[in-house]
Amino acid sequence: MGQDFQKGIRDGIPIALGYLSVSFTFGLAAVANGLAVWQAVLISLTNLTSAGQFAGLDIMVAAGGYAEMVLAQLVINLRYSLMSIAVSQKADAKMKTPQRLLVGFGITDEIFAVATGQNDSVSTAYMTGLMLTPIAGWTLGTLLGALAGNILPALVADALGIAIYGMFLAIILPPARENKKLFVIIGAAAAISCIRYFTPLREVLSSGFTIIIAAIAASVLGAVLFPVDTDAQKEEGSA
Amino acid sequence: MNTKIFLIYLLLMAGVTYLIRTIPLIVFREKIRNRFVQSVLYYMPYAVLGTMTFPAIFFSTGDLLSGCVGAGVGTVLALRKKSLLFVAIAACLAVAAVKGLELLLR
Repeated sequence: MGQDFQKGIRDGIPIALGYLSVSFTFGLAAVANGLAVWQAVLISLTNLTSAGQFAGLDIMVAAGGYAEMVLAQLVINLRYSLMSIAVSQKADAKMKTPQRLLVGFGITDEIFAVATGQNDSVSTAYMTGLMLTPIAGWTLGTLLGALAGNILPALVADALGIAIYGMFLAIILPPARENKKLFVIIGAAAAISCIRYFTPLREVLSSGFTIIIAAIAASVLGAVLFPVDTDAQKEEGSA
Repeated sequence: MNTKIFLIYLLLMAGVTYLIRTIPLIVFREKIRNRFVQSVLYYMPYAVLGTMTFPAIFFSTGDLLSGCVGAGVGTVLALRKKSLLFVAIAACLAVAAVKGLELLLR
């Protein structure tokens, strides 16, 4: 129990550091748009999501409707449902409903990626540790960003913008070197995302919805072209 | 912003996001044996992060040149299996270096 928790905390540290920079920019944006510091921090503490929070902030500032808020969060964050299904497959037998109600709070892109990348099943203690450090980083970064206001040099703020993507690369590329098929999946997902970005599709497709479409299309493509052998999957492990 | 209205927005945002994350975790309790579904779930992380990274990484720093340099540095280091933190910080430093040079040469 204690060991799992500690490993979770440790595995969460790089995620937390990546989150510091992204949530910092959220804190900056929230205060620049007229929110109080405590409001910015409370949003981050209760939502723990980047795209959804930035969209939610826009809707608040524009005094958008409540239905619009619900729908926007639903579409942008629906990808978490897919990740939760994957995490439910990694959960150990001791994870019952109360534990799942807790673990569900912390399903983010990065926590999901680290959790499903484990060789063995994951315990509630591990997941709790893996959530705690990123939650702390996400909330603290928001607070610092909200307090920093406009004193931060633009160069530093801009440079921090790439941190989260650097982290993504470090999650997906090392396993792809071992299993070249993963490059096909990553490439297909990136291609769909680029098509949407560089064409008029951008006007009609939100980024959240694009993630859902591209993620399903690319992983179904992978399942059709390279079905995973259950035993081989265990051996490849860390992928 | 009016505190009461803010709290309603907050409740809606956080509530919807929490339910999206938690309901599938409660519903899908049995191990899925279907090979196709297993394969889809195996590839899902790469598909999600691939979509989120490209092309966004190139535009994440405010100018295309520093974004491309940062992405290049990140890619090379990630392929060399450096840690998450190392790759993220190196990409940030590369971007800062390009931006600093741009400022000097302007």
